Amino acid sequence: MDQTPFPEIPHRHEAFADGLLLDCGIRIAPLAIAYRTYGTLNAARTNAVLVCHALTGDQYVAEPHPLTGKPAWWGTLVGPGKPVDTDRYFVICSNVLGGCMGSTGPRSERTPGGSDAWGIEFPPITVQDMVRAQKKLVDSLQITRLFAVVGGSMGGMQVLAWASMFPDAVFAAVPVATAPYHSAQNIAFHEVGRQAIFADPDFHDGFYASHGVIPARGLAVARMTAHITYLSEAALTRKFGRRLQGGNAKTPVLFGERFAVESYLEHQGSSFVRRFDANSYLCITRAMDFFDLAADHGGSLATAFRGSKTRFLLVSFSSDWLFPTAESRAMARALNQAAANVSFVEIVSDKGHDAFLLDEPDFHRTVAGFLTGAAEAAGLS
Amino acid sequence: MIEPAPVRFVAKNMRVDLELIAGMISPGSRVLDIGCGDGILIDHLFRTRHCDARGIEIDMAEVTRAVAHGLPVMQGDADTDLSHYPDDAFDYVVLSRTLQAVERPREVLRQMLRIGTRAIVSFPNFGHWSLRWQLLSTGRMPMTKAWSRMWYETPNIHPCTIRDFFDLCDREGYRVEHWLAADEAGRRAPWRRAPLLANLFGEQGLFLLRHDQRAHANRSETTDPAR
Repeated sequence: MDQTPFPEIPHRHEAFADGLLLDCGIRIAPLAIAYRTYGTLNAARTNAVLVCHALTGDQYVAEPHPLTGKPAWWGTLVGPGKPVDTDRYFVICSNVLGGCMGSTGPRSERTPGGSDAWGIEFPPITVQDMVRAQKKLVDSLQITRLFAVVGGSMGGMQVLAWASMFPDAVFAAVPVATAPYHSAQNIAFHEVGRQAIFADPDFHDGFYASHGVIPARGLAVARMTAHITYLSEAALTRKFGRRLQGGNAKTPVLFGERFAVESYLEHQGSSFVRRFDANSYLCITRAMDFFDLAADHGGSLATAFRGSKTRFLLVSFSSDWLFPTAESRAMARALNQAAANVSFVEIVSDKGHDAFLLDEPDFHRTVAGFLTGAAEAAGLS
Repeated sequence: MIEPAPVRFVAKNMRVDLELIAGMISPGSRVLDIGCGDGILIDHLFRTRHCDARGIEIDMAEVTRAVAHGLPVMQGDADTDLSHYPDDAFDYVVLSRTLQAVERPREVLRQMLRIGTRAIVSFPNFGHWSLRWQLLSTGRMPMTKAWSRMWYETPNIHPCTIRDFFDLCDREGYRVEHWLAADEAGRRAPWRRAPLLANLFGEQGLFLLRHDQRAHANRSETTDPAR
């Protein structure tokens, strides 16, 4: 399968000459944030919804992807007449800081107009840095308060960071299939992926660009590992079982006859390397690993949300073992402790972590109802 | 005014005393409804009394229905989740027809009066004459509209009578600010000043409680549940 990276294309973006001071102490300037918007901002500028994407997502939340041509990654949730209704809300989605779809990241030039990209030397970033970059974008659109911030997985971490860092700028928060910190198990899976990238001879210690190659094999293996964590055993069994690809030979050779699940993962890995930069992957997985909201607030998650007026909807999925329901429940309890307004639902699904991106009618009904109720409370007609 | 819903769990059939409970709640209050079902009381309080009303419900299908109606409801268990709220977070904490179904009714009441200034509690009265008569005449566990499940599968593991409840309030130092007995349809029964008669003829009891002397020093410490 072709693993040639897609050519880089221009993305709509906002540039900030003053840049951004990162948690690590480095100021990165200028800062570019690539973004898309859908729907119309009302005159009072009160109907904006920010959608935060997950690890390998991007700003093309509600339209076909310009590189892959694949359908909108959250088209089930965001669009005209959908739960995040673009006929009603002004939806903003930006590529995260550290990403590779037009926002400042490892592929960006170190100095404006230079030919030297950051690559592996891009400064370490945090989820909070991503949120500060988004805040600059939201400010530049002259929006003082977002009606809602919505996101799943790493997007959900950004939602939590938004609600704790800028409580007055978030009327409603919808963190989905997420957690207030990355667990040891999650970090472990990320590390396997990173080690696969490091082990690829084409990685060249991160300076693969100057060799005119990409660590395709390593990045593909990283994606394959991660993809397993996005699915449940039930979903894998239902989709593939022990089915063999290409016939049912009674005496399969050691590596000749392939299980259907293997070629599925192979395909996931190969198509991923065409659109995603390895250094971006390293940078963003690290930001997720560092995320620990309670640790940033003296070990108390409740402190992070003390006095919050934001209305929260927490959603988990019953078969998600990457971000299990127990973590959403702990968050709900911490929000109770902070006397915040919180709704919490576990959606029954056998589709694993991926369920948040798939057709889950109960999930969509829940988000639609929550936003409608919140819109009423916010006085949005 | 409202059709009684079919009794699935006794605890869920809360439509009948909705008006009576709402009548005890001051407009604009902060309310937590424990065992809120699909959130009909919360919705009612929000729309007619402008309350900041929230709910906890154990049945996920009901929670999903409530949230899909835009109501702030979280999945949780009265027996385990109340301890995570701070002291005095609410003006009223409501437990409608759920007390008899929780594991530790006394602890739930304590938590209610820790996190709220007042507690509103309703429960089906096990002292009603028809239950007494059935037990006396047949020698078997009574079956009525409110007590409609066989003893081996009923969720109502802690039945009590109106007299029992008065007694518990007395022991725990809860002041009964208001009480009444009602029939199944939520109509107020006319035994306001006669607990013994209410205990015989009231199908359910409804109480508004307040801590007599709130022992602030002895409050249980809440711990951070997140880690």
